[in-house]
Amino acid sequence: MFSGFMVNTWTVATIVAVVAGMVGFFIVLRGSSFVADAVPQGAFAGAAGASLIGVSTLIGLGVFALIGALGIGWLGRRSRHDVATALALVVMLGLGALFLSMSTEYAPEIYSLLFGEVLGVSTSEVAPVAALGAVCVAAIIVMYRPLMLASVMPELGEARGIRSHRMEMCFLVVVALATSMSLPVVGALLIFSLMVGPPAAARSFTSKPLLAMVLSVVIALVTVWTAIAASYTSNWPVGFFVGALGAVSYGAGRGWAAWHRTRAVHRGARPLAA
Amino acid sequence: MTHLLRMIVEPGFFGNGPVRVALVAGGVVALVSGVVGIFTVLRGQSFAGHALADVGATGGSGAFLAGINPLWGFVGIGVVAAGVMEIIGIRRPRGRDVATGVVLGAGLGLAALFLYWDTTFTNTTGATISVLFGSMFVISGSTVPVIVAFSLLALAVVMLLYRPLLLSSVSTDIATVRGVPVRITGVLYLLAMAVAVSLAALTIGAILSTALLVGPAATAMRLTSKTGLAVLWSGLIGVAATWLGILLAYDSFYWPPAQHGWPVSFFVVTLVFVFYLLAQLPAIGRAGGARARQARTGG
Amino acid sequence: MTSLNGKAVTTGRQLATTGQQLAGSGADMLAVDGVSVRLAGREVLRDIRFAIRPGEFVGLIGSNGAGKTTLLRVILGLQQPSAGTVRIDGADRARHAPAIGYVPQKVLLDPDMPLRARDLVGLGLDGHRLGIPLPSRGRRQLIDEMLRAVGAGLFGDERVGNLSGGEQQRVLIAHALISRPRLLLLDEPLANLDIRSEQEIVGLLARIAREQKISVLLSAHEMNPLLPVMNRIVYLAAGRAASGTTDEVVRTEVLSKLYGQHVDVIHVHGRILVVAGRGDGPAEPVGEDGAHCAVQSVPDWQ
Repeated sequence: MFSGFMVNTWTVATIVAVVAGMVGFFIVLRGSSFVADAVPQGAFAGAAGASLIGVSTLIGLGVFALIGALGIGWLGRRSRHDVATALALVVMLGLGALFLSMSTEYAPEIYSLLFGEVLGVSTSEVAPVAALGAVCVAAIIVMYRPLMLASVMPELGEARGIRSHRMEMCFLVVVALATSMSLPVVGALLIFSLMVGPPAAARSFTSKPLLAMVLSVVIALVTVWTAIAASYTSNWPVGFFVGALGAVSYGAGRGWAAWHRTRAVHRGARPLAA
Repeated sequence: MTHLLRMIVEPGFFGNGPVRVALVAGGVVALVSGVVGIFTVLRGQSFAGHALADVGATGGSGAFLAGINPLWGFVGIGVVAAGVMEIIGIRRPRGRDVATGVVLGAGLGLAALFLYWDTTFTNTTGATISVLFGSMFVISGSTVPVIVAFSLLALAVVMLLYRPLLLSSVSTDIATVRGVPVRITGVLYLLAMAVAVSLAALTIGAILSTALLVGPAATAMRLTSKTGLAVLWSGLIGVAATWLGILLAYDSFYWPPAQHGWPVSFFVVTLVFVFYLLAQLPAIGRAGGARARQARTGG
Repeated sequence: MTSLNGKAVTTGRQLATTGQQLAGSGADMLAVDGVSVRLAGREVLRDIRFAIRPGEFVGLIGSNGAGKTTLLRVILGLQQPSAGTVRIDGADRARHAPAIGYVPQKVLLDPDMPLRARDLVGLGLDGHRLGIPLPSRGRRQLIDEMLRAVGAGLFGDERVGNLSGGEQQRVLIAHALISRPRLLLLDEPLANLDIRSEQEIVGLLARIAREQKISVLLSAHEMNPLLPVMNRIVYLAAGRAASGTTDEVVRTEVLSKLYGQHVDVIHVHGRILVVAGRGDGPAEPVGEDGAHCAVQSVPDWQ
């Protein structure tokens, strides 16, 4: 499991989990789970188009992810966010359907792009993924404070000169980057599961933001490692395990929060101060 | 005049069996999606609508494996997913968002597994594509009555819930005080939407399912401020886009490059998007720019 | 909890300056008895009790965070109290849904929402019934009348999401009133309104309440706009309440006991200011029952 080519998979998966955990923290905070689902699916359409014209799929992924993210931002000024996301998504998927219909030898790649492929990572892909990952992590670190403010208290942010629309666009670009680098390993349809389940679980365990982000990364790492190991052993798709584990960690978080609450009630309330 | 008509409608269009099936089934599904979609957009449940369509794909691939008619797979899993979403969903919209995402993630994970078994055990490499990007020309004539029946059922439920649903979409507190069972109303609506969306996913594919759920509704809401009229417009726009899309797809059979036609999904989605963009033009849409801005700055 | 006896009009209570005659003896429209509420482990309200008679206009006054919204939600059945009962018109709350009108503080409305002001008011009539609303001349007339009565006649066809704060407030009031409730509850309707709109809304509410004999409970953090129309006041502070007429309740001794520290009540040009004291320390040690008893020394209905 840890021999030769698998080293690449483990490396890339680790980077993906770290990025997903950090970006996902804000995704859940901002209620952008739909965006986390839409951008990868749109990116997938780009991959189909790229293969059609003979360009590297990673570039196709990236370009369409970016177009999708920016499209969501642009449409979001005209309609509510979930409508904007849905529209951007279906337009790109429609194009994807067109590209697919025009090319004929794409089926096996589609599957792995959608659901993840354990052996799909070549050595040449590690470097760009690491580079993009570093950019994403740096971006989140730099944007942390203004993004927190814009997400939690937008009016206060505006007063401090943080234009929430600009923050939104920047964040969308980071999401685009994060998804396009993560796609090859985990697959388009499940990358978002990694950006939603672990961070949501982390938020149930703690309310301190920095701790929640760290916890989110930890849970994401555990999820991805377990998923790869399980996929390698059983040959079942990675995406299945990521989806299942995402749900499990989310459930665990909810269960913990509920148990915590009943304990607080039983401990009794402090009397009202005179 | 007949020359022009013949240019637009390639010969044999209405005589073509699968096309007729597509027009009927697609039209019904588009109509219902448009009507249901108004409430979906109002309640901010576009993600749930999309998630249920994708999860329907899981049901479809599971049905493939089990050898059951995919219809039951699509609808069955859609209903189950809606139920789970409702059970684990929380009041706050963001909590609901996450719950939807988790259910979708789990559902798609299952889809991955089903498709993997499908490909390994039964060697149908086209399964992935057709399930996720399903084409309209694939439904058999015999399923049409079932599709129509279920669609009309979903429509009836939404029409029945029209007023309490509208009221609880404006304010759940006001609705509760008035005696509306807000939770039950929400669940019933979610189930109706699940059925409508799953049927659409089966008939015209998951992409179109979402497109016809959200696009026409968003467009209609720009065109009119009367709720009833918006519902009507939404249905009509959806049907128009679908029929026009089918027509164009049929015509495109002779277009480059591959001589086997461009997909219906592409045409319908493009039309839906074009209609939406047209409604954004101030001349056509009446959202009232100046007043809207004033409202947003807290008058 | 005893209902009101025949001694409705006693000394020590003034009639409101609008000259509103209080109804004669009969059951209270709203009776809150011993309500306590605990939220997130903290006791937010403790042993609240007051009553509202038919046709009365009562102000629920308290600063932000005092628990006004919580108390209203308990009365409406949206929140469960940890102790105490709420009775509306003598009976348990559940059976009286149509008789209560509710105007929440803020309703989030999308500018895109295809709902006109008149549609929202129409929902007040039959929004709880199944099916599609069938247009009828009578229904349209009723809605038009209601819109005119609240001064919303000019923007009846506007989208609700496009209305300003004051306009939305009027439409929500119309929505609540069109079903002819006997009890109207409003959560901070005057917040975020300019002074002119404030006065108009207060005058409007008082007039309609008087004409249709509706009991009104209106929460606000500022009592002055309501002074001309309030029959009685329920003053909320430190999780407890004092109720009675303004003269009885808004006094230095009463409010100091309520707050648990010294506060000054200052009258300026017919308006009342409640100001924190000079930090001399608490007025008197106030025990569990002591607070309640001290407040109860104010003439009240018991």
